[in-house]
Amino acid sequence: MKQEISYRIFKSSAVHVLMVLLAIGCVVPLLAIIFFIVKSGISHIDLDFMLHTERPPMVAGGGIIHALLGSFIVVGIAAILAIPIGVLAGVYLSEYRHTKLASATRLAVDVLQGIPSIVIGVIAYMWLVKSSGTRPAILGHSGYSGSIALAFMMLPIIIRSTEETLLMLPDSLREAGLALGLPMYKVILTIILPCGFNGIITGIILAVARVAGETAPLLFTAFGNSHLALNPKEPMETLPHIIYKYANSPIPNWQGTAWGAALVLLVWVFFLNIITKLLTARWKVQL
Amino acid sequence: MQLTKVNRSIRVDGAFKRLLLFVSLGLIVLLLCFLWSLIALSFPAIQRFGLSFLWSMDWDPVREQFGALPFLVGTLSTSFLALLISLPFAFAVAVFLGVYYPHGTASTLLRYTIELIAAVPSVIYGFWGLAVLLPMVRSMQTSLHISPAGYGIFSASLVLAIMIIPYAASLGASMMLMVPAHLKEAAYALGATKWEMIQYVVIPYTRSGLFAGVLLSLGRALGETMAVTMLIGNTALLPKSIFDTGTTMASVIANELGEANKTVYTAALIELGLVLFVVTIVINILGKKIIKMAS
Amino acid sequence: MESTIIKSIDYNAYFGDNHVVKHVNMDIPERTALAVMGPSGCGKTTFLRGINRMHELIPGATATGAIQLSGENVLQMHPIQVRLKIGMVFQRPNPFPNLSIYENVIAGYLLNHIKLPKADKDLIVEQSLRKVALWDEVKDSLTKKGTFLSGGQQQRLCIARALAMEPSVILFDEPTSALDPISTATVEALFEELKKKYTLIIVTHNMQQAARVSDKTAFFYMGELVEYGATQQIFNQPVDIRTQQYIAGKFS
Repeated sequence: MKQEISYRIFKSSAVHVLMVLLAIGCVVPLLAIIFFIVKSGISHIDLDFMLHTERPPMVAGGGIIHALLGSFIVVGIAAILAIPIGVLAGVYLSEYRHTKLASATRLAVDVLQGIPSIVIGVIAYMWLVKSSGTRPAILGHSGYSGSIALAFMMLPIIIRSTEETLLMLPDSLREAGLALGLPMYKVILTIILPCGFNGIITGIILAVARVAGETAPLLFTAFGNSHLALNPKEPMETLPHIIYKYANSPIPNWQGTAWGAALVLLVWVFFLNIITKLLTARWKVQL
Repeated sequence: MQLTKVNRSIRVDGAFKRLLLFVSLGLIVLLLCFLWSLIALSFPAIQRFGLSFLWSMDWDPVREQFGALPFLVGTLSTSFLALLISLPFAFAVAVFLGVYYPHGTASTLLRYTIELIAAVPSVIYGFWGLAVLLPMVRSMQTSLHISPAGYGIFSASLVLAIMIIPYAASLGASMMLMVPAHLKEAAYALGATKWEMIQYVVIPYTRSGLFAGVLLSLGRALGETMAVTMLIGNTALLPKSIFDTGTTMASVIANELGEANKTVYTAALIELGLVLFVVTIVINILGKKIIKMAS
Repeated sequence: MESTIIKSIDYNAYFGDNHVVKHVNMDIPERTALAVMGPSGCGKTTFLRGINRMHELIPGATATGAIQLSGENVLQMHPIQVRLKIGMVFQRPNPFPNLSIYENVIAGYLLNHIKLPKADKDLIVEQSLRKVALWDEVKDSLTKKGTFLSGGQQQRLCIARALAMEPSVILFDEPTSALDPISTATVEALFEELKKKYTLIIVTHNMQQAARVSDKTAFFYMGELVEYGATQQIFNQPVDIRTQQYIAGKFS
């Protein structure tokens, strides 16, 4: 009997060790990626890199300024499009949560969140970029097309986190406002949204971090550009796209630039994620 | 208070509520438009090929013959292989965070790690895979006396496995944290070891939640494009072993949609998109429903 | 003889088909403290929330009959107009966490964009805070957010917020049940002062509080107003057997 018990205890400890090892094993690829990208990319980052655009294959140098600015513009416009719609929808889902429309909308948001990014790209391409029959292309290959595709992807994230943030606010807050004679829209605008501000901003930053690294929706929309393009009506280069383009090419110069770009993108995405951590930590203490 | 002010408030209140309704309705309409477009635009291909689209192996833009079987096989094999590889790790992370170390620095560190893994952009995974994983796979292939192409289902699945760990892991962990303490204590009080408690209390209690986590990971894997495209080799032949190269539905869309010039060609590619759309949605909705029932 | 300020005429409240407040007829005189008591689920809170039209916020909630505020039926007025005349204090103190103490007191004006000169605002804030005996404690921290105050102080802040709107009636929904005994005593002392100028309707499940604080008491049971009268009479010579049993502690 004692033997059996010590065997069971041994088995439990062995499993514990195995689980810890496997869990720590997950850290390994992340560290490997960070380490490798820093190592390969850091040598390529210099002022030249940051300020110049593409050089022809045989010429040394070449930078990513067009991709950097392109990313800012495309993601920025996407955010401007997605934030108002996302926050309003999130408000509706939280403040009118028991209506049938709210349940249907919630389902739609869930579905939207699950759509693969390539499919979003396909839809944006067919709606905005491609001409069909007698209809000319609405926006063609452009920053705007890319922004709209990215906005579709940002919406579920912003809606979800706005809804969850507002649901966490106690009902007594709303009742206190209403009991003072405030109409519902004032309760929302002057009490609910300010109190939930941190959570909503966190959702927006997460959405930005998510789409900043997306390539698939931009493949046929923003399309890429070897030159510096600041007008969103033109095709624009973006960070993830330039990584894709250069990584697949056999040109060593371009490969080097891709590592630099990968490092910049990685730093940027991690930075945004860390900011959300700091924001949520403060917010938890306040409430 | 002035009556006019109150009346104005009441009117604005109504307008605001109408705005909210409009936005919410708009989202539903948007989604329906997505579905409608995908169906309408792939119709030429559906009409021409019908169901044989799904089992024909012939993908020839020139002769306008489009059969998607190689891509279906590519997608399914990479996704399921990735799922298989990732599950032990995802499960380990789930019990680590959900049972063994729910609080403390170890838990916080691992949680951050998992979140960062999910945050790394797909194209960076692909690029890293090209530079680091492919050479490793090549040397493995050489030692196994296989031609060291590097690219292929295996490499793509490896990277995909890393990418989908966070989904099943974090869902599993939160499910396990919800197991009521008194149930766990009942097991201990009967003399169970920790592992036995996990086997007889935690796993049965969270079974549907864990399954939902697997479904969500699968959904993510099916739709993944960039990393897989960069590593899978992009050949339109039916792969016969995991070291063969292949293509997934997502990659063929990514590679060919920009240049598709004939209506049937575009329609065939969009039909692939439609299949992806429907399958991933069904899996995601199913997964979320299971989670709701479990919590 | 004080005149009636609130008159309930065959008031009924429903949650869907559930008839939770039945045929309430009551005349409430002004400048009185009325305690509304009864066992859990007797409808006292539902009745209270019906007076300032908060009842209908719950999906499926309806009401019939009339409740007259100085002759006007609140059920036929717009809810916002009703709530600008009747104040409410809730069970859990709920100052707005994004506003300072000063802003919390005049929140009713602030959030409704009612512009007042600074001098007027300062006066309202000081008077309201004095009425709840909070002025001396917070006059140097008016620009700070109210969340650092103790539970009792927060609740008094909420009362000040309601007072600032100069209502004629203030509704209290179990205002001290979340407070410690000392804060409870402070708030109860407030009622003594406040009822000289305002009508207070206080729902409480604490019988001793009802006896201490109120001039009139209404006893609800299973949705009905069973007995209503002077507090002394209700507690010393209750007429209805159900009132007797409740006071004797036979059920709670």
